Amino acid sequence: MPPKNMLPKEYQTLSGLAGPLIMVEKTTSVMYDELVEIRLGNGDLRSGRVLEIESDRALVQVFEGTSGIDIDSTKVRFLGKVLTIPVARDMLGRVFNGRGIPIDGGAPIISETRLDINGVPMNPYSRDFPSEFIQTGISTIDGMNPMVRGQKLPIFSGSGLPHNRMAAQIARQASVISGHTDFAVVFSAMGITYEDASFFMEDFRKTGALERAVMFINLADDPAIERITTPRLALTTAEYLAFEHGIHVVVILTDLTNYCEALREISAARKEVPGRRGYPGYLYTDLATMYERAGRLKGRKGSITQIPILTMPEDDKTHPIPDLTGYITEGQLILDRGLHRKGIYPPVDVMPSLSRLKDKGIGKDKTREDHADLMNQLFAAYARGKDAKELAIILGEGALTEEDKAFAKFSTEFENSYVRQGEYENRSIADTLELGWDLLTMIPAKELKRVRDEYIEKYLKPRVGKN
Amino acid sequence: MVAEKTVKGVIDRISGPLVVAKGMLGASMYDVVRIGDIGLVGEIIELKDDTASIQAYEETSGLMPGEPVIGIGEPLCVELGPGIIEQFFDGVQRPLVLIEEAAKSPYITRGINVPSINRERKWSFTPKVKQGDKVVQGDILGVVQETVVVEHRIMVPQGMDGVVREIKSGSYTVEETIAVIDGANGQHNVQMLQRWPVRIGRPVAKRLSPDMPLTTGQRIIDTFFPIAMGGTACVPGPFGSGKTVVQHQLAKWAQAQIVVYVGCGERGNEMTDVLLEFPKLEDPQSGHPLMKRTVLIANTSNMPVAAREASIYTGITIAEYYRDMGYSVALMADSTSRWAEALREMSGRLEEMPGEEGYPAYLGTRVASFYERAGRCVVLGNEKREGSISAIGAVSPPGGDLSEPVSQNTLRVVKVFWGLDANLAYQRHFPAVNWLLSYSLYTEKMDEFWNEKFDDEWSSLRIDGMTLLEEEDKLKEVVRLVGIDSLSREERMVLETTKSIREDFLHQNAFHEIDTYASMDKQFKMLRAIIKFHTLGMEALKKGVPMNKLFNLPVRETIARMRYLEEKNISGIDKIEDQIKKEINDLFTVGGENYAA
Repeated sequence: MPPKNMLPKEYQTLSGLAGPLIMVEKTTSVMYDELVEIRLGNGDLRSGRVLEIESDRALVQVFEGTSGIDIDSTKVRFLGKVLTIPVARDMLGRVFNGRGIPIDGGAPIISETRLDINGVPMNPYSRDFPSEFIQTGISTIDGMNPMVRGQKLPIFSGSGLPHNRMAAQIARQASVISGHTDFAVVFSAMGITYEDASFFMEDFRKTGALERAVMFINLADDPAIERITTPRLALTTAEYLAFEHGIHVVVILTDLTNYCEALREISAARKEVPGRRGYPGYLYTDLATMYERAGRLKGRKGSITQIPILTMPEDDKTHPIPDLTGYITEGQLILDRGLHRKGIYPPVDVMPSLSRLKDKGIGKDKTREDHADLMNQLFAAYARGKDAKELAIILGEGALTEEDKAFAKFSTEFENSYVRQGEYENRSIADTLELGWDLLTMIPAKELKRVRDEYIEKYLKPRVGKN
Repeated sequence: MVAEKTVKGVIDRISGPLVVAKGMLGASMYDVVRIGDIGLVGEIIELKDDTASIQAYEETSGLMPGEPVIGIGEPLCVELGPGIIEQFFDGVQRPLVLIEEAAKSPYITRGINVPSINRERKWSFTPKVKQGDKVVQGDILGVVQETVVVEHRIMVPQGMDGVVREIKSGSYTVEETIAVIDGANGQHNVQMLQRWPVRIGRPVAKRLSPDMPLTTGQRIIDTFFPIAMGGTACVPGPFGSGKTVVQHQLAKWAQAQIVVYVGCGERGNEMTDVLLEFPKLEDPQSGHPLMKRTVLIANTSNMPVAAREASIYTGITIAEYYRDMGYSVALMADSTSRWAEALREMSGRLEEMPGEEGYPAYLGTRVASFYERAGRCVVLGNEKREGSISAIGAVSPPGGDLSEPVSQNTLRVVKVFWGLDANLAYQRHFPAVNWLLSYSLYTEKMDEFWNEKFDDEWSSLRIDGMTLLEEEDKLKEVVRLVGIDSLSREERMVLETTKSIREDFLHQNAFHEIDTYASMDKQFKMLRAIIKFHTLGMEALKKGVPMNKLFNLPVRETIARMRYLEEKNISGIDKIEDQIKKEINDLFTVGGENYAA
């Protein structure tokens, strides 16, 4: 940003209000994206930013909403800077609202360093490829969809599914095999209920994670427009902690669906040409500017791992929000209502779930040599088992071949002992792998085509002999 | 091309990547401009009286109305010359490594101005023409060894036909004159560095239709849905179906001399992956690292949206330049949907009348004209060299629904369609190319080519394989309705064989050091072995051999593992055929049973 040293100017020239937007006339020297302070007739202060400028007119988005703003007495000040946040290491352990103001009763953050919340795109050349396995202690993640540091792996959930419990479990248990390191959680809540927010806070407090966490909370009854800013504050803080202080940061963003709704609200107020389902055409780009802030940088110690949570409207994966998210993030964990109904926690449907970076984080010297083969075999076997079960529903169990019966049995057992685990059960990766091999003994050896011979010799044969 | 006219206007309106400037009379459509005091790069996309709408290639936050906009009277160009290969550019051909140096930060800050091609480096230039030779556009003046595998041919630029007055030899930078040509309209100094506007296709002498395969080492592609050298293909699929892995595999193993990989609006980590992996991987054709023939262009999804639109053109122009040297070039664009979305975003901000799903009405034309720049042709020059560009575009249809405009407009122009299937991906069957959905219009032509190599056996094997797969689909429907017991023994055999085709042939593990690439010889032998088992097995069944004995023969496991045979050992697959024969024959004799009777 070039220094533009001019005094902030105040205008009393509002000409229109629409939704969260106000139009200010006869402005001079207003910057695109500039931060704005709005003083209402009754003395209330609100803030906003410039969305569009045309000659001497500026379109301003008000973060706290426009209710109570009138045309004649409202004064608008352009502050000559873009929206920044003061950052410091002291932010760890603190709770802020959706605009970055402390709400835990503590002192405001004072820092020399103020960062533009929009961030700047990482140079792909300067990125370091994420390849360090994170052990979350959850088998369906560690064994089947392994996560690595610097990855963005969302949880696609639905209303009423235990995504919050699972996210809290990951935040609690996530560790790296290579040993203890500086670790923190940055939590950004967008439009979630007080109950959900206090669940996280309580959980973090109980387990002592709170002192390693920074929380930004925008509740369901807070202004919707503020939600556009909240995740960006969180990510800017995360970038600072990760790349200036070398901390490994996990960022939990919940709930992205509320964020997108807010974005749609602004877009509609601006009368933009809508894309699918009324969401703006730039939803992909907008989401990407947040998700792509995950990663690692060459020569820097820290990392940003993102776990965005979104509730799919009607559990529909093709809805624009999960759809566009899936195209940007490095995989997804999908929660399944069917498994949840069977009382299986965590109800991760491993089949459509995917971790794109898994191949870089597993194998010899990382987890174990047989991990990739075992994982592929479990996927293939589970898929075949599910197919067989479906067939049995239509035609009866008698219609299955002996092999199909074995696979069907395997898939049931897989859900019951591999997928299912306790909320406080922290399985090591070795335990998860062993469990996988135990399950594979249920299947005839010649069907294990995805596993190399030497691993069958080494890991499967001893078990078969034992039984 | 020297700047002829500079235009100076002022900013009037700013809306995201769209900047509207007044006082721009004299500027032309698609001219490059510098916006504001910090000099952001932009391109004019609409003109009306003295008002120009400009798409900014950098983030516009902080700009103010009244700041200057300077047009230099030149359209968006790429720089062409030695030093392109092995580079990693952004969407407007700025080397990302230089951006890092200039920004002194791992982030791409704004207003950075770095040369596309290194100006200091000296290249050893070997002339190919003599003084007094008559040359025309496209003739090779001399060569430079750009990388260990790429000989960079310096060609006579457009409009410089004439007689060579002077030709140099030795070490020069790209800006030094290496030849002087006496042309009809005066003397021309030729440098290695040339420029070309990205939105205009480079001319060729004659276009040809493709007749050679572009092998990719991917079995389902080469065998069933081949792409020709100079052909066009698209890979649509929902997220998670493995589009990017397919694109990476093609960039790695496609038998092209030059590969241009455009990461358009995709993930940053994926580009980093390519950047780290390609220097390590060995090209099976040359034995040198893959990076030695590769150009990477990255505009990740969080980089400015207008530059995403430009990245596709930057890529294809570089591809054309190498084609003009007489190379076979493969261009991968991942993903063209993001490019179309960039068009849509700009169109929306220009307040144009939207077409389907908000995309501009000219989407179809843009898509078609992009793919049309691919092809096989005789390039300019007296030598009548042949070159080709094979273009492979990934498409990311929302929700995997192919009825959306980008997929439909793409399918209308491309000749090969590799349809990715989410269900196959869930079963971890990769590449998740659906064999019943996909097609290639080059199949017949490629059959001719391979029949010559494989003694006319090729096309019948391919057709047998595909027929069985289609039959499987029908049989599976029957099984779903009335159970497997309703099938005849012969039908059961078909299911066994297609399972083997699917699992042992079509399924290919991109991350397995051997399975990742299969030569045509290996593909041919593998398919022949599977079909052999089918033919012999069918005969045996007809003669009364019990199904479970046949299906459980040990050779079947050998068949399943043949894909892990190294290329140097593939003659081993021939032995499998002998084993098949022997084991099936033994069924008739061992144990005293005599089914033949």
